[in-house]
Amino acid sequence: MGVYNDTIIAGFGGQGVMLIGNLLAYAAMESGLNVTYIPVYGPEMRGGTANCTVVISSDDIGSPIIKNPMSLIAMNRPSLDKFQPMVQDQGTVVINSSLVDMELADKDRLKIYGVPANEIADRIGNTRMANMVALGAYTRAIGIIDLEVVQKCLEKVISSHYSHLIPKNAEALAAGAEAVK
Amino acid sequence: MSRIFIKGNVAISRGALDAGCRCYFGYPITPQNDIPEFMSKAMPEAGGEFVQAESEVAAANMLLGAGACGIRAMTSSSSPGMSLKQEAISYMAGSELPGVIVNMNRGGPGLGDIGPSQGDYFQSVKGGGHGDYRTLVLAPGTVQEAYDLTFLAFELAFAYRNPVLILGDAIIGQMQEPITPKEPVAVDAFEGGSWRLEGARDREPRILKSLYLTDGALAGHNLRLQEKYARARKECRYEEFMTDDAELIIVAYGSIGRIVKSTIRKLRKEGLKAGLVRPITLYPFPSEILKSLAGKGRKFLTIEHNMGQMVEDVRLSICGLAESGFYAQLPGNLPTPNDFEQPIIDALTER
Amino acid sequence: MEEILAYRSPSLLADIPSHYCPGCHHGTVHKLVAQCLEELGLGNDTICVGSIGCSVFIYNYILLDTVEAPHGRAPAVATGVKRSRPDKFVFTYQGDGDLASIGLAEIMHAANRGEKISVVFVNNTVYGMTGGQMAPTTMIGQKTTTCPGGRCADREGLPMKMAEIIAGLGGVSYSARVAVNNIKNFKKAKKALKKAFEIQISGKGFGFVEFLASCPTNWKMTSIAANERLEKEMIPFFPLGVFKDTQGES
Repeated sequence: MGVYNDTIIAGFGGQGVMLIGNLLAYAAMESGLNVTYIPVYGPEMRGGTANCTVVISSDDIGSPIIKNPMSLIAMNRPSLDKFQPMVQDQGTVVINSSLVDMELADKDRLKIYGVPANEIADRIGNTRMANMVALGAYTRAIGIIDLEVVQKCLEKVISSHYSHLIPKNAEALAAGAEAVK
Repeated sequence: MSRIFIKGNVAISRGALDAGCRCYFGYPITPQNDIPEFMSKAMPEAGGEFVQAESEVAAANMLLGAGACGIRAMTSSSSPGMSLKQEAISYMAGSELPGVIVNMNRGGPGLGDIGPSQGDYFQSVKGGGHGDYRTLVLAPGTVQEAYDLTFLAFELAFAYRNPVLILGDAIIGQMQEPITPKEPVAVDAFEGGSWRLEGARDREPRILKSLYLTDGALAGHNLRLQEKYARARKECRYEEFMTDDAELIIVAYGSIGRIVKSTIRKLRKEGLKAGLVRPITLYPFPSEILKSLAGKGRKFLTIEHNMGQMVEDVRLSICGLAESGFYAQLPGNLPTPNDFEQPIIDALTER
Repeated sequence: MEEILAYRSPSLLADIPSHYCPGCHHGTVHKLVAQCLEELGLGNDTICVGSIGCSVFIYNYILLDTVEAPHGRAPAVATGVKRSRPDKFVFTYQGDGDLASIGLAEIMHAANRGEKISVVFVNNTVYGMTGGQMAPTTMIGQKTTTCPGGRCADREGLPMKMAEIIAGLGGVSYSARVAVNNIKNFKKAKKALKKAFEIQISGKGFGFVEFLASCPTNWKMTSIAANERLEKEMIPFFPLGVFKDTQGES
């Protein structure tokens, strides 16, 4: 049976949702899978929310744009409000519970993973790594891609100027994965 | 070679670089700016030339100049800029000069928007500028294809001494996918040696022009061009997807073609027999496959991200054998696989 | 009896009658171009970029590898040619409608980039090929088919002084205005053209030579009267001279 998953990753501009979308896509490629990554740009980008769509498949991929995704990473409240209703039944949603009231999660319809991404990142050293915590949680929740592959791909998305931050980001990914156990 | 993960605009740029392109002339316009940005670094590093022109008009005319020298050269733009390039493209077609032109189609008419659209189909495949001419038009549906077709574009441009268009859109340009690059081409130093300009040393001067004023000269020239376009019919390319047992053939190109695939996969699970023909060359248009499927009694539905352009070519292809329905994904709206479910179900179940 | 050669036509010039009207200066400018190319030994390595207007058939008269550019675009086409073949000598030959009206953006930017090309600009203050319409260089009071009452500064603006405008751009190495209405001016014109060509050969940059030229047909004058008008009306407004020469002497 083939592997298939599609995800919308959404948050405030500056939360690094594009970066973890890219990282997830690289990890899928390194895992020998097909993958598409498409950022939302243009008018939707204004107003401070950013999102991207990643489709992972062992088969060739049709649409890179998904209306009803199988999974969602919501880094903030507006992202959850906008995309949670679109996630397919029994879909997987990773919510940054540091910024989102978990009461808003549609627990009856969806598999919900609340992760205090900001707090965990803060503990490791920098709140800005909350995106990595969320991706770590997502990786474990979905189970298609090994966390080690994601960690290995950090060097692909973090510019050489910031390469000294890679170990901390790897730690944040691992902490996120740990949080959904 | 191992896979690399790049966006469509970069795939086209890399494709051009690896295909031996050594001159790039551009002008900024969204959503293709990754191409001039890539080329501004890549061309000088490869010993070539990058010029940010004063306008799309100038960029296309620089392409004309490079083409006259038999150099592999490219320009790129998006819809409003493509309108400005048509003058030079017409002269290039008339003077039989090679060159590759990329259009990352955005919404129109006028300034439109910066989102994806297929509104430039007519402009691309019917000539685009003044006079009786055609450009060969390649429409990638994946990032790998964007890379591969850029190679093909240069081959065709020189094989036919004709401008070749790569017609993508904001989706193909902005999405990222893994691709496997090819070995870079070592361009033959004598490419175009029988016609290119390099100074009339020990031979008669060569004149590359489109003006034919003497009696019968322009008629003969036009006839020769038409014969060339007829020869180019053998370059037809398309992809068939689940057409073997399909009751309904969907015809869609580029990013819409690939998005429709997702819809077809979903509907197949529900037992609905839909298949896809995705034209890869829009000119020459793959009429024969459509005609042959029409001969087998299949129904047709053309889906485009415009108000109905390619559907005219589909209907001409199957004329007398079948009809094609049409579904317009409105320019300005981002297409998703969901959008095409009901139109496909309706087309399958009607009558 | 000994034969003495008084004049030899340049070998780059085709030995055929031209389509130019009697008294038109295009033929003279063609001859100058051919002479300079020949004297500099450039004939085998030159690519000419033709333009649209009366001189559209330049390839019939000057025997060079030639590409035809759309109206006004010759400097952009020449940019593409020179960037593709920096080892070749590249020049454009343009009239006033082509260069100063529809092709203003292309000439300004090619000049400003300092493209290593030479531009031969023939200014006869009128659209010739289309039948005598107003050009950007048409003189105040000059009657044309589209300013039948004479060009009026209020309505149509003042004639553009291209050699001065081009001289003001950073990328330009040489800009001059010359005329071929008499032997004295002809000699100066040849010197200027050669200078512009030499600047390209030495890789210095952009060279521009504006030729004041007559158009007896569209001016509705005899050849002699046209030459006189050029001297008495045009030169006072469009002064001859070198407006920029980064090589030093003028």
